Amino acid sequence: MMTIVDTNSPGTAAASRSITPRAIKIAADSLSCYFGSVHALKNVSLSVAEKSVLAIIGPSGCGKSTFLRSINRMHELAVDSRITGTLRLDGEDIYRMDAVALRKRVGMVFQKANPFPTMSIFDNVIVGLKMNGLRNKKDLSEIVEWSLRRAALWDEVKDSLSKSGVSLSGGQQQRLCIARTLAVNPEVILMDEPASALDPLSTAKIEELIHELKQQYTIIIVTHNMQQAARVSDQTAFFYMGELIELDDTTRIFTTPARKQTENYITGRFG
Amino acid sequence: MTTALQTYRKSKNTIMYALCILSTIAALVPLVLIFYHTVSLGASALNWDFFTKLPKPVGETGGGLANAIVGTLTLVGLGCVIGLPVGITTGIFLAEFGGNMYGTVVRFLTDVLNGVPSIVTGVVAYTVIVLPMHHFSAYAGGFALGILMIPVVTRTTEEMLRTVPQSYREAALALGIPQWKTTLRIILPTALGGIITGIMLAVARAAGETAPLLFTALNNRFWHNTLDQPIASLTVFIYNYGVSPFEDWIAQAWAGALVLIFLILLLSVAVRVATRPRY
Repeated sequence: MMTIVDTNSPGTAAASRSITPRAIKIAADSLSCYFGSVHALKNVSLSVAEKSVLAIIGPSGCGKSTFLRSINRMHELAVDSRITGTLRLDGEDIYRMDAVALRKRVGMVFQKANPFPTMSIFDNVIVGLKMNGLRNKKDLSEIVEWSLRRAALWDEVKDSLSKSGVSLSGGQQQRLCIARTLAVNPEVILMDEPASALDPLSTAKIEELIHELKQQYTIIIVTHNMQQAARVSDQTAFFYMGELIELDDTTRIFTTPARKQTENYITGRFG
Repeated sequence: MTTALQTYRKSKNTIMYALCILSTIAALVPLVLIFYHTVSLGASALNWDFFTKLPKPVGETGGGLANAIVGTLTLVGLGCVIGLPVGITTGIFLAEFGGNMYGTVVRFLTDVLNGVPSIVTGVVAYTVIVLPMHHFSAYAGGFALGILMIPVVTRTTEEMLRTVPQSYREAALALGIPQWKTTLRIILPTALGGIITGIMLAVARAAGETAPLLFTALNNRFWHNTLDQPIASLTVFIYNYGVSPFEDWIAQAWAGALVLIFLILLLSVAVRVATRPRY
C-alpha cells in the first residue's frame, strides 16, 4: 500500500516523503467489485491523505467510476453488485456503516449536472438538509448563501434564488450541484468527470473551485482530461482494466511514470 | 439538381405527412360527432332546475338530476379513496422496487385486472359488500369503481416514475437522503404531471361506468341521507331515461350525458391548475 503525502510543492515532493504524512482519510485494501459475473475492480489498494486531491485517470471501462462509486456505496444501486476487501473512512469500515450516514460524509458531484427540476435554486442547495429535518428558515438561508459562495455561484444567482434550478447554464448548474453537495458539509467530495460536459471557461471555474475546496475537503476526481488531472491534483492514480497500475505524485506520473503502461496512456499511445 | 432518389424521398415524406393528417382527422371525427350530438340533443333540457331539483315522478314534467350529479361525484370520490392510495403505492413499488419476480407477478396481475370487464367487478362488489350488508349502497358502488381505477393508476404511476432519469435518484441518495424520502419527496413530484394524467383517466373511466353500479349503488330518485343507502348516478339515470318512452326523460338523458362530459372536463382542468408545476 502506498502512502500519500503532501505534495503541494512539487519540488519538495521527494523530500516530503520522509516527513510525517498527513492523516489518511480513505484507505482501500484489496478492494474488488463485481457486477454479476463482471469483475469491474480488481484488488485495488490505495490511500488518500486528507485535504488532498487525488485524480483518477484511465481509459473508459477501466473501473475508475466503479472505484469512486464504491466509496459512497452508490455501486449498491446495481442489485447484483458485490464487494470484497476493505474500504475505510478515517479508519472506519465503510461497509459496516449506515449508507445514508456515510453519504452525508462523502458527497458526490456527477458528470452531468442534475439539479432537481421541481425545485428552486434555493431548495436545490438546501434539499439534503431539509430532507433530513432541518427546518429553521434563518439557518437554511445562511447555509444556502455560504454554500453558493463556496461554489463561486452566489454573485450570479443571489437575486434569483427562487428561480428554477434548471434555468441556469450548464456550468452554473454544475456549480449548483457542488453547492448542494457542500451544504451537507461532507468531509470527502467525489467528482465523476465533473467538467466533461462543460465549456473551457466553466471548466476553468470548476478547477479553480477544486483548488479552493481542498483547503477543507478531501477530493477524489475521475477525469478523462489529463491536463485537468495535472492541473488540479496532488496525486494521480492510473487505472487500467479494473486494476490500479500506478499511483504517485501527479508531477511524477506526468513526467517520469514508473510503468510503461502509464507512459503509453499519458502520451496518447493507447486508450 | 434533384435526383430521382431525392424525388422519391420527398414524395414518400409528403405521403406519410398526409397519412398523419388523415389519421388525426379520423380520430377527431367521432369526438366532434359525439360532442355535437350530445349538445344538440341535451342542451334543450338544461336549465337551472336540472342542477338543483330532484327527478319528478313519471307523468310530471320538469325536475332535475341534482341528486345524480352529487351521486356521481360521491361515488367517484369514494372510488378515489380506495383506488388512488392502492394504485399509487403499487405503482411506486413496481417502478422503484419491482425489478424482481414478485414485481413481475404483480405487474402481470395488474394487467389482468385491467382487462376484467367492469360488470364482473360489479358482481364481485355485489358479492363481497351488498350481500353481507343486505342492501345496495354508495359504499358498494365506490368499492367497485375503486377496483376499476387501481390498474389504470398503478400502470401510469409506474410508467411515469420510470421516465424520471436515474441521475435524480443517484443525486438524492448521494446527498444522504434516505431511499423512501428520495422516492416520495423527489422522484414522485418530478413525475407528478404524468401521474395526474393517469389519475384523471381513471377518474373519467370511473365516472363513465354504468354496469358495475347497477349491482352496487343501484339508483335513487331521492337524495341519499347516508352512504350506506342506494345512491343516484348520472350514468344509471342516463341508462334508465335513455331507454324510457318519455320524450322529456330522453332529453334529460342527453342533458345528463352533456353534464357528465363537462363535469369530467372541469375536474381535469381544476386538478391540472391545482397541481401545475412551479417552473
